[in-house]
Amino acid sequence: MTALSALLVRDMRLTVRVGGGALMGVLFFLVVVTLVPFAIGPDLALLARIGPAILWLGALLASLLALDRLFASDHDDGSLDLVLMGRMPLELAVAVKALAHWLTTGLPLVIAVPVLGLFLNLDGTAIGAVALTLLVGTPALTLIGMIGAALAVVLRRGGLLVPVLVLPLTIPVLIFGVAAANAAVVGPVPFGTPFTILCALTLVGLVIGPVASAAALRHGME
Amino acid sequence: MSQVVVPRDKAGRGSRLARPTPSRPAPPAEWPLMRLVASALSCVRGGREVFSGLDFAAAAGDLVAIVGPNGAGKSSLLRLVAGLVPVASGQLALEGGAPDLPLAEQAHYLGHLDALKPSLSVAENLQFWAAYLGEGGLPVAGALDAVGLLGLADLPAAYLSAGQRRRLSLARLLVAERPIWLLDEPTSALDAAAQRRLVELMRAHLNRRGIILAATHAPLGIEDARELCLGGTP
Repeated sequence: MTALSALLVRDMRLTVRVGGGALMGVLFFLVVVTLVPFAIGPDLALLARIGPAILWLGALLASLLALDRLFASDHDDGSLDLVLMGRMPLELAVAVKALAHWLTTGLPLVIAVPVLGLFLNLDGTAIGAVALTLLVGTPALTLIGMIGAALAVVLRRGGLLVPVLVLPLTIPVLIFGVAAANAAVVGPVPFGTPFTILCALTLVGLVIGPVASAAALRHGME
Repeated sequence: MSQVVVPRDKAGRGSRLARPTPSRPAPPAEWPLMRLVASALSCVRGGREVFSGLDFAAAAGDLVAIVGPNGAGKSSLLRLVAGLVPVASGQLALEGGAPDLPLAEQAHYLGHLDALKPSLSVAENLQFWAAYLGEGGLPVAGALDAVGLLGLADLPAAYLSAGQRRRLSLARLLVAERPIWLLDEPTSALDAAAQRRLVELMRAHLNRRGIILAATHAPLGIEDARELCLGGTP
């Protein structure tokens, strides 16, 4: 257990110390969300109607921002070799890295939602619904994105490859996240229906993400 | 995680590691008698056969110096033993080692890359590997002292020189107990004093029946080293 907690602490420390970490994702989120009212004009009713979707899109893009460095930085300085040689199963180590990434990039986005929701003229219910769906949905984004990050390390192509690989895979999460948030505000579907599927997607990501990433990393070690 | 005493200095800002007490922890007991045996080993990387039909054995207390021209597969052999490159054919086994652990988890690998994070301090880097790579071994302060970096424990690793980075990587071999050391050009970037210190550390490891495989171009300074020559054709 100490090995895993050491990995968690190290990864969180690195994210917070290097390049602003959590703050950078939140600022990007802020910029994306602020751009939308400029683009579509000051129509408050329209903003309130599409607000949840905008928040979800912003969070989706922001959570992918730092993802390509998740394994690449460890690969570049040789740490990944040693992580592979540790006594922890690689799947667990990879899951812990995902947890550290979510705690430093996903969770701050959820916390920022109440402020950004005000920019989009959302009422209390809508803000609560978006925050709750993001709390449940952003882990899925991290877990799916992690697979792309592991593949990018293997292919030795960083940068834009990860979003291009990962964004299509996040469509189900986006659909059910926004559907759940909208259901809470306007209906007619009960909130529980899409929300349960969103929870299921996260759980599926929790199972597949670490296993697939570990397999990709092992395969890429040559 | 290994505990390090962190006293405050008089200005109240420091977190310098305490010097280890003069009574160093007694060196741990000897390893059981082990034997690393490779038979008809071959390695393929990027579709190219690096070496094939390689036989060697290293007994407890052996230093095997892997020599050969550039590209002969010295680093590949070390990575293969470390489990970082798949074995294309042949067999590699550690006889007498821990039966429930794969070979890679009983070996330390010191590659060309230092596996250091520039934004973490010297002590933080080492503490992480101490906790992650397993138990046993010296406390972090003791290992830093052994490689002569104790005074720099609080410095971010970004400010270390190449030789100091190398010494910090070497300290990793001391904080976690593993019987097999795989060293890729261990003396690179080290000054004369640090090279002597490395020889002392290697000798201590061999005396405890450890096994060292070292890829090297220069003699390591250990008398009874055996040589494994790769790539006869230059």
